[in-house]
Amino acid sequence: MKATRIATAIAAALGLAAGAAQAQISDNVVKIGVLTDMSGAYSDLAGPGAVAAVKMAVEDFKAKDKPAFAIEVVAADHQNKGDIASNKAREWFDRDKVDVITDMVTTSTALAAMKVAKDKNRIALISGAASTLITNENCNDVTVHWTYDTYALANGTAKAVVKQGGKTWFFLTADYAFGQSLEKDASAVVVANGGKVLGSVRHPFPGTDFSSYLLKAQASGAQVIGLANAGTDTTNSIKQAAEFGITPKQTLAGLLMFITDVHSLGLNATQGMYLTTGFYWDMNDQTRAWSRRFFDRQKKMPTMVQAGLYSAVMHYLEAVKATGTDDTQKVMAAMKKAKINDFFAKNGYIRDDGRMMHDMYLAQVKKPSESKYPWDYYWIRQTIPAEEAFQPLSQSRCPLVKK
Amino acid sequence: MNQNLQRFGYLALLALLLAAPLVAYPVLVMKVLCYALFACAFNLLLGYTGLLSFGHAAFFGTAAYVAGFVLRDWGWPTELGLLAGTLAAAALGWVFGSLAIRRQGIYFAMVTLALAQMMYFFFIQAPFTGGEDGLQGVPRGTLLGVVDLNDDLKLYYVVLAICVAAFWLIHRTIHSPFGQILKAIRENEPRAISLGYDVAKYKLLAFVLSAALAGLAGATKTLILNFAALTDAHWHASGEVVLMTLVGGMGTVLGPVVGATVIVVLENELADKVGSLVTVIMGAIFVVCVLLFRRGIVGEFMALRRRWSGSTDQ
Amino acid sequence: MTEIFGVPLPALMGQLMLGLVNGSFYAILSLGLAVIFGMLNIINFAHGALYMMGAFFAWMGLTYFGIGYWWALLLVPLAVGVVGVAIERSMLRWLYQLDHLYGLLLTFGLALIIEGLFRDQYGASGLPYEIPEQLTGAFNLGFMFLPKYRAWVIAASLTVCFATWFLIEKTRLGAYLRAATENPRLTQAFGINVPLMVMLTYGFGVALAGFAGVLAAPAFQVNPLMGSHLIIVVFAVVVIGGMGSILGSILTGLALGVIEGLTKVFYPEVSATVVFIIMVAVLMIRPRGLFGKEK
Repeated sequence: MKATRIATAIAAALGLAAGAAQAQISDNVVKIGVLTDMSGAYSDLAGPGAVAAVKMAVEDFKAKDKPAFAIEVVAADHQNKGDIASNKAREWFDRDKVDVITDMVTTSTALAAMKVAKDKNRIALISGAASTLITNENCNDVTVHWTYDTYALANGTAKAVVKQGGKTWFFLTADYAFGQSLEKDASAVVVANGGKVLGSVRHPFPGTDFSSYLLKAQASGAQVIGLANAGTDTTNSIKQAAEFGITPKQTLAGLLMFITDVHSLGLNATQGMYLTTGFYWDMNDQTRAWSRRFFDRQKKMPTMVQAGLYSAVMHYLEAVKATGTDDTQKVMAAMKKAKINDFFAKNGYIRDDGRMMHDMYLAQVKKPSESKYPWDYYWIRQTIPAEEAFQPLSQSRCPLVKK
Repeated sequence: MNQNLQRFGYLALLALLLAAPLVAYPVLVMKVLCYALFACAFNLLLGYTGLLSFGHAAFFGTAAYVAGFVLRDWGWPTELGLLAGTLAAAALGWVFGSLAIRRQGIYFAMVTLALAQMMYFFFIQAPFTGGEDGLQGVPRGTLLGVVDLNDDLKLYYVVLAICVAAFWLIHRTIHSPFGQILKAIRENEPRAISLGYDVAKYKLLAFVLSAALAGLAGATKTLILNFAALTDAHWHASGEVVLMTLVGGMGTVLGPVVGATVIVVLENELADKVGSLVTVIMGAIFVVCVLLFRRGIVGEFMALRRRWSGSTDQ
Repeated sequence: MTEIFGVPLPALMGQLMLGLVNGSFYAILSLGLAVIFGMLNIINFAHGALYMMGAFFAWMGLTYFGIGYWWALLLVPLAVGVVGVAIERSMLRWLYQLDHLYGLLLTFGLALIIEGLFRDQYGASGLPYEIPEQLTGAFNLGFMFLPKYRAWVIAASLTVCFATWFLIEKTRLGAYLRAATENPRLTQAFGINVPLMVMLTYGFGVALAGFAGVLAAPAFQVNPLMGSHLIIVVFAVVVIGGMGSILGSILTGLALGVIEGLTKVFYPEVSATVVFIIMVAVLMIRPRGLFGKEK
């Protein structure tokens, strides 16, 4: 096993040196599978927009680099179910010769698909899923976790809220692994920054009526109610908290919120909330230029998941071009070697545990009066440097990390 | 049906299945087999006893979780894992059955549905299921310590053997005196009671047998896909198995097999092309079947044959 | 602060009120199911989907045609009722001579179609529907903060439930209806158009679901899956209550909502399953349901 790994490493090095001379791309086609939530609770933040982002990356790559090989994109709906993701990934690798799978919006689908990718020795580029399990207990050498994770979110948002004076917390947690992981990460951050966690309540997933859980949160008397949930669960909790007069007396902290959530709730309901994001469309000319192109296709501004996906696929294709092969280990080696510099990440790089390191941003939702044009939703309050945003390698539970 | 012809039909089907993995994707064919077994188990209840259970996913899912858990976390050998799943489903079937047979007809359907939903919520919250993430990474192991099941082809023939054996059991049950009594209950329950049969006992037995076989299908599915998940226990799965049986023809031996093949392949093919419209198509098939093809594919075929040959035997 | 069994009074009362809100939805939906079942002998599996359709119609009315909440409350049930009539005329009526199970299967298929269509069109992430201006804000009851809208939900659904009860039990039309339920052929012989009554009954039953949908839209988000979450619980409610009595299904719905609310206070782990557990208990003690007549 070890011998093969060394051999591949050498081969990778040779491949790099030899460059295009040894070009061998299976069938001369690079096939990218986008496994995402096309119709479910997370289809707004990933879904069709994710597929569009991947296609944009492929088109841009073709226009810019004029590759000698063909690139195909296939897409499938994993319906947020691990078993479907696992089946689809297996089928793609076995039957359809897919080289790389991307996105995977929920933790369950990501964990399932990356496992299959490892078995079949193909690459998985995860953008949508959040749990830090991906780069810890479940890490492997063919997976990259690109956009964000629960650690970064908790770290950014929870820290900011505690520093603003929100010392006592109560969590409203979606009762499944992702919610629990988010609650755990956020609790640690709250305590580490001198705050106190008064308790938590778990709601079934997916929920429609959160009022009773919110009443518990209200009764706890905590200053901050941390929402350790996502998608419709989060938007519903926020809406109902307003209805019950919980906000603005108590503050809500959305631990996983996307710009599409803010868009669907409106600024009235979300103003003043802090959130951590890996990307915001209106940061600079580069982000605006790309996002406007995305908007022309999708009629929505991109979420960090969609933007991250473009970045990941572009980086992958460039590595394929540089190595002249679609061999998993060689391409991974090249991807880990090259820095990522695009509109999404500055000097980004991939760690041994599969974490793509890039800056995160602490955003605050604007007041309706401050919003000047459509999708003008965030103030970027702080840039969180990559090393601070993500879990340090010293705390890693990933066996691939040498300590 | 003519005995010889029937035998020939079965042999042809078996030959087809033996050769299937050479042309088709083995994992897909195995999935079809599992659902075919699931549908056959369900049909034992609906088609032969006249009980519409809308909660069969509970047995499928329970067995999937139990098998997955003992295989992965307790390291049990593969055979014992399958057995454990099947027995768990049978036990649950006994509990559900005892409760549900207290009501009839539509109420029976609603009770089973509600009980299954209760199990679903249990699986979401129970620590051993992994909740929303599912129970992942279930090892396939080896059969009797000899055959390495990680090879898709080897596993395929094992799964085929399991399904053929189960199918044979169902076939024998239907044609046994026990099966005849079940049919009598389906046709006219008061008469069966007046003939002195303990109807409740027979219904319960049929229910447990059906649950156990559904469980075997669920446990086998876990083995194939290395995965047990909430989908297996969701009411959609209960609905799907009803649909498979309906499409193929309820109360026919081969109907559920045909129905399962059609639905699983259709879902597999359509999933990428039409996205969430798959649900709409499944619903439309339901409606069309209920309105126009109540006998299902096999049932219509047999009716056609009977009309041609003018014979009335079955 | 006053406490009951270690639970502060405000929290307890709050949950009770919320339970009553949920109970209102259970009541109105199980009432619709009971009305339909009484006349057609069909369990309308599409009831949840039609409830969802009601919520979506309200949203669509507002978004595309500028029809506000109050008009939606009137128009949407009519529209859903028309959809129901169309379903009855084109499909259900072919099944009356068959085993009742076919009705269940057909409406299950319809539920999948309706849910799938809305899901395909609007995604599953939910669309917002604002609370009407007159009902924003909350009453401060001292022991809790009761949003005006929730109070309105309770009032409106109770009114509709009891109006329905009155219509069926106390009016001439209701008498015809009950007669047609009891003995359709004899009723027909008295010159009453039974097929028409069957059609209108189904339309009315699903209109109730549509009405509940409009009520739900501002309280929860408008979501294609909102119906299927609810319908199975309502089925359990129906099994518990039995479908023999109109008043019975209303009371069972309300009571189970309240019980569910209490469970959330004292033992939240089972709050999702408590209705089913009660169903099991009822099945063991009184299989035909609390208000049921065995058919």
